[in-house]
Amino acid sequence: MLLFILRRFAVMVFTALCLTFIVFFMTNLYPNLEKLAKSEGNFRMDDAAVASFLDNRGYLDPLPIKYGRWLGVLPGYVIEGSDGKTRGQCFERGTDGKGAPRFCGVLQGNWGFSTVFKDNVGSIVATRLSLTGVLMFWVMVLMIPTALVLGVVAGMREGSRTDRTLSTVAITTTATPEYVSGVIFIAVFSSSAFGLKWFKGSAATAMENPTFENFFLPVVTIALYGMGYIARMTRASMAEVMTAQYIRTARLKGVSFGNIVMKHALRNALIAPFTVIMLQFPWLLNGVVIVETLFNYKGFGWVLVQAAGNNDIELLLAVSVVSVVVVLVTQLISDIGYVYLNPRISVN
Amino acid sequence: MELLSWGEIAIRSVTQLTPVWVALIITFFVSIRYKRSLGLYGKLFDSTVGMIGFALVMFWVYTGLFSTMFDLIATHDPLSQVSGMKNKVPGTPLRGAESGDYPYYLWGGDNLARDVFSRVMIGSGIVVMIAPLATLFAFMVGITLGLPAGYYGGRLDLVLSFLANLILAFPVILLFYLLVTPEIRMTGMPQYMAVVLFSFPLIFFGVLINSRYYIDPMKRNILMVVILGVLGWLYLSLINEANSKVTLFNAIDGFDVDAGLLTVFVSVVFVNSPTVFRIVRGLAMDIKTRDYVAAAQTRGEGTWYIMLWEILPNARGPLIVDFCLRIGYTTILLGTLGFFGLGLESESPNWGATINEGRKLLSIYPHPALPPAIALLSLVLGLNLLADGLREESLKD
Repeated sequence: MLLFILRRFAVMVFTALCLTFIVFFMTNLYPNLEKLAKSEGNFRMDDAAVASFLDNRGYLDPLPIKYGRWLGVLPGYVIEGSDGKTRGQCFERGTDGKGAPRFCGVLQGNWGFSTVFKDNVGSIVATRLSLTGVLMFWVMVLMIPTALVLGVVAGMREGSRTDRTLSTVAITTTATPEYVSGVIFIAVFSSSAFGLKWFKGSAATAMENPTFENFFLPVVTIALYGMGYIARMTRASMAEVMTAQYIRTARLKGVSFGNIVMKHALRNALIAPFTVIMLQFPWLLNGVVIVETLFNYKGFGWVLVQAAGNNDIELLLAVSVVSVVVVLVTQLISDIGYVYLNPRISVN
Repeated sequence: MELLSWGEIAIRSVTQLTPVWVALIITFFVSIRYKRSLGLYGKLFDSTVGMIGFALVMFWVYTGLFSTMFDLIATHDPLSQVSGMKNKVPGTPLRGAESGDYPYYLWGGDNLARDVFSRVMIGSGIVVMIAPLATLFAFMVGITLGLPAGYYGGRLDLVLSFLANLILAFPVILLFYLLVTPEIRMTGMPQYMAVVLFSFPLIFFGVLINSRYYIDPMKRNILMVVILGVLGWLYLSLINEANSKVTLFNAIDGFDVDAGLLTVFVSVVFVNSPTVFRIVRGLAMDIKTRDYVAAAQTRGEGTWYIMLWEILPNARGPLIVDFCLRIGYTTILLGTLGFFGLGLESESPNWGATINEGRKLLSIYPHPALPPAIALLSLVLGLNLLADGLREESLKD
């Protein structure tokens, strides 16, 4: 088991390295750097000024070297610029760099400096991630029980009218992407045109003070899209369990239907949904980006859009590291959990 | 002229869509009449869910077809702005209408004073054109790589699976932001990716024909020349564009694709193919243990023959179902791109961009954002129901 986790961990690190290198490559393409230079310096710079701006800040060095510096395995650049100023990657902002360390990459715990927010990447990601964490927590609280109940009730009696109705509901929610359901919710529940105004159409105030009124719509919007899929998986798994021999035996013994579902079927039927719920996390990340943009909730997804839209290289790298870790850790948990829940499977 | 009532708007919208209703009725009449001789497609008409899904999908297909090809359904030009019609509610009479103009904005005007009805109808043309085609390309890539990965296994499988998982570990929106920006387009990245991704159909058909007809070289050569000739010309015309990074084939360039459209297309194919790869790989691993594969191996058939003519046809059930679902997912992805203002130019009436524009004034004027949102929802729902019906009917055999 330990070996299995170790191997998966190694794969995870390797994947993260490959992925960040791709992001690094894409964000360091020359037109992207030119855009960065113009938004950092000024928009009317000519080509020569752009080139010297980039050269003074080490942007024009070969890609592997820049990547190594970001990673912290190569010493940070110290360049005496064409304007006579000496700049160093590891210098404190606004100092001349006395006593600055030679290495300052991710391995040293330094995630870099965001050019959009003018702040340390580490602290930006930490604050934004905690905001998204609050959102995700409520999404989970709403989504998982609802989806499981829907799936179990539908799968209890396969083919019944309840089953058909609930399955159609589940299909409809999977067919509704967040930007569609969000727009419909805002229009119906918070616009003056429909006159309901039950909830707020913006979650900007929910960042300090989440209330039912300003937080419910974003949570429902994310939860709804993921819910249908989990419900369908639960239904399929429940329907399969209900045809098993031991359930028939229990019925023939005269156990009541309620007892069969609660005591006999449920345990086995919930193994598959567990995996599905864990694998939903990466998908939810997508929903988070859309919903945070739509409801103006400045969390992790919002940062992703800001960073990507402005080619904020170091912030983007940190964002992709976080998301790849989320994806791979949830995969790992789902694999390990599956082995524990299902004694018929072993990792070897 | 006065504002139309909701009933009048409904009646006028339905009348405006007359060609679609006629086409739908003919399709259903013919299909139900001959459903016993139409195979899986005919069996679809035995399931209510499948029929509802099919009707929704065909509604948008016909709407897209008639409004973009024959200019039948839209009441106004989707890009022209009429002064005084900004954010007007549904049913507002057109200001300064001349004879020949449609006298109303049926579903109101958006924040640039364009007709919402026409934009939604013409927007459907973009979706029903790109989504199935992009999904088809993703399937070509996924099948061409997934079959050998599943059949051979080993190191090939390890490398390809790692690459697929790598792409899948990317958050889709980040990937879009990295691929679909004007700066990236300047570097020619999307075109190079197009060169690679669009070559897969060529490889696929080349191998498909060769593995089957290599015993009859004459027939094979004719087929190869005809099919690969046409596909090759399409391929070269598609990837080549004057004044860009790929200009080697200017002489035979048949048509130009809008650069934004090409980028959107490439990135959607790129995002979809790893999932198709995983499905095909799984199916191939399952099917290669069957007796008929062992029989083919004993007969001494080539590996590509076994993969393409033994394994692939037997995997068609799950693949067809997934194809329907994936078109729906591609539609959602296209909407996402539009929602973030990536890819197609901002004027374009594609649904995602229209939703994005409409959401800014959503709490005051919901009417520009709601119709494209509901349109997208109904198309994806239709595809999901269609897939569900197909799955049910194909399981009955």
